[in-house]
Formats: sequence, C-alpha cells, structure tokens
Amino acid sequence: MIPAAFDYVRATSLDDALKRLATAGGGAKAIAGGQSLLPLMKLRLARPETLVDIGRLAELKGVHRLPDGRVAVGALTTYDEMLRDPILRHYGLLADAIPNIGDVQVRNRGTIGGSIAHADPASDMPAILLALDAEVVARSSRAERVIPITSFFEGAFASVLHDDELITEVRLPGGRDDVGSAYRAIEQPASGYSIAGVAAVVGAHDGTGWRYCAVGVTGVGDHPYRAAAVEKAVIGGESLAQAAAHATDGVTVASDIHADREYRTHVASVQVLRALEAAIARLG
Amino acid sequence: MVAHVSLTVNGKPREVDVEPRRLLVQLLREDLDLTGTHVGCDTSQCGACTVHVDGKAVKSCTMLAVQADGTTVTTIEGMATAEGLHPLQAAFWEHHGLQCGFCTPGMIMAAADLLARTTEPTDAEIRHAIEGNFCRCTGYQNIVTAIRAAAVVMRTGVAAPSGAVQGGM
Repeated sequence: MIPAAFDYVRATSLDDALKRLATAGGGAKAIAGGQSLLPLMKLRLARPETLVDIGRLAELKGVHRLPDGRVAVGALTTYDEMLRDPILRHYGLLADAIPNIGDVQVRNRGTIGGSIAHADPASDMPAILLALDAEVVARSSRAERVIPITSFFEGAFASVLHDDELITEVRLPGGRDDVGSAYRAIEQPASGYSIAGVAAVVGAHDGTGWRYCAVGVTGVGDHPYRAAAVEKAVIGGESLAQAAAHATDGVTVASDIHADREYRTHVASVQVLRALEAAIARLG
Repeated sequence: MVAHVSLTVNGKPREVDVEPRRLLVQLLREDLDLTGTHVGCDTSQCGACTVHVDGKAVKSCTMLAVQADGTTVTTIEGMATAEGLHPLQAAFWEHHGLQCGFCTPGMIMAAADLLARTTEPTDAEIRHAIEGNFCRCTGYQNIVTAIRAAAVVMRTGVAAPSGAVQGGM
C-alpha cells in the first residue's frame, strides 16, 4: 500500500512549520513519528497535499520541570523516551501504560503529541492525560493557547485543534505524595487497542474518606472521557465496587465485533475497579 | 516532486532520489536491492520489515524514506561480519528459531534492539520485545530460546551448549 502523492517539506524551526501550515489552508498535515498518520495515508483515508515534517524540531523534544513544579513533556517526545525519563518514572500510571502501548517499534517512533492530535477513541494516552488533568499547549502563527485536556477531545479522531495549530507541549501536574495512580486495560489481543482502558489517580485521604479522585476512560465511548460519576461516588464515600459501577454513566458505549455494548460496559467497570485499587495500593 | 535522501545503510553511504511517498522499506528493497527486509502485512503489525534507524528498531513499512534522510540504517544484511554470523543469527540457526524464515529478519532486528537495552533478558522480557513481530509457523518457543541463547553469547562471548539454554519455560 502506497500513500497518494504529496509534497514534502522538512520544517527548519517551529515558526517555519507554523508558517507552512498557515499558508497551506488545511491541505497540509504535520508528521512527526508517523505511526498513526502513515497507516491512514497508506489506506488513503488521509490524503494531505503537503506533509510538513516536524520530526526533527529539537525545541519540541524532551521532558523538563517547570518553575511552578509542573512537568512539561515536549510534543515530539517518543513513548520510548517517556519510558526512560527519570522525571516521568515517578508517575505510576505512565509506568503501567506505556510498555503496553503499541510495540517496541511503534514506541521508538510514536510521540505523545502525535497520539493526542490523532485522537483515536481507543488510544491509551488520552485516558492517562485526562486522569492527570493535563494541559495541551497548542501554537499557530496567530497565537499560543493552553487547552485543558478535559475539553480537548470532541469525538472519534476529532479534537479542538485547528488545522494551522501544532501541539508543542503537554503539561502534567507535579507529583504529589498523597495520591497514587495506576492504569489498567483489557486489550483486543490482535490490535492491542484497549476495549476498556482506565487511568485512575486517587488519594488525599483525610481519615474519613478519599478527597481526591480522577478517572480517565478510553476505548469505551466515542472519545476518551472523565468518569465523573465514579469520581463523585469515591469522594462521596461509596465503596470502590459501588463507585466502579458508574463507569459508563451518561456515555453511549461503543459496540463492535470485538466487544458488544453489554460486555464493554461490564469490563469498563471491572477495569475502573482494578485501576482504583491499584492506584490506592501504590499509596503504600 | 522528487526528494533527495542521503543515508548510511549497513555502513555504506547511499544517495537516492525518491518520491516523498516512497516508504523506507521500498527504498531498501527496490532501490538498494536489500531484499532481506521483508514486507508481510504492510500495515505496521507483523514486524517482518523491522530495521534499525539510528540504533532503534522501527517498522520500515511505516516510515517514509525521506524521514530516514541523514540517518544510519541497519538491515539484516548488516548484521553478519567478515568473522561470521551475528550471535542472534547463529542462535536462530542453532536453536531452529524459524520454520519458513519469512519473519526471521524482523525477529532478529527486534531482538537486537532488546539486547542493546538489556544484556540478561527474562523470557517475559523477550516475549514482550517481540510483541510487534508475528511468526505464523513455529509458535515462538524456539525463537525465545534462540534469543535467550544469543544473549548468553553476547554477554559472555561463549556459546552455551545447546541443552543448557533449553527449559526455563
């Protein structure tokens, strides 16, 4: 399978890339690792007129701590680099999830920015970023804006990102000692995509109950979402099992040949419970 | 549109003019006649097209040739030296880590990425490392044995007797 013909330019700087995207008027796509975009282009589900290669922009790579304690992950940071990063090693849910994203060849090329820009409804990284209350920094030649991840995804393969915008950075909250986090997923065995993937961050126990709970779910709805009903139940003092039963409240649960609606609804609750328990277990 | 790609393949500098849509695997197989890298699924799943780009395993059916400009690529043809087969190649032979052999180049390149990261992998780590590589003949048992045996050779410089690396399953 060969992609349809396109023009190719390698951006020399972020500003150069943004200028090219702006002048292309929607006919251009940015390519980084290409692990999501190239398969779509080979199937001719995507036919960009121009590919703007941002893969070598050093300014978009790497992980560093911001002055306020938060952690900035450059959009071009690969899964493999995230896995080896000494700062990110402390996030339990990342350590759980990343080794099982794709395979080693995909993790060597695939980037965090590419993953969320692609907005696959079954991708793991969005659920993780939702549970972490991450922020997405997007830039165009017009402006830079900071988008809370909770308002980033709009539907299957759809986000609020504009055609002329690039994700430059993903910001994570700094680690805190009073919460634990975990990621649990049931995968479709052939593709490895999550039938239900759940990221949980739980903690701040005040002696009577959990005061903090954030749960991100992927693979279940038409886009990854925060399971607000689960969070409310956990903070409201319900048992974890009772809370997990709310995993798909208000969500139209996907149904396909791998998992029908009833089964997917069930395993979503099971994975929520497992993720909550594992997050709490990390608190020691 | 024609793009110029300049890269090092198996130690040799190569210059190729390509259409931007040309895949790295096409450049290797069709422009450079390095047909040891196979095309299996062509959809980024089977791993038969695995090569190393700047030392890391990638699926060359899911990378554009233009993205490899300026990189160093190693294919299965670059693994053996004048002294003989690479320890992974020798171990796949010794332990019969193949039947039809179609997946073998990709398996070996994926395994080489693993052994560059860890010199003493567990069986679980070996199986995890070849998750992106499909074998439709042998059922993986001998492939895992071969990679385990190659790790011993690369670590100690000595090949363990064939029986010594069996078992552990």
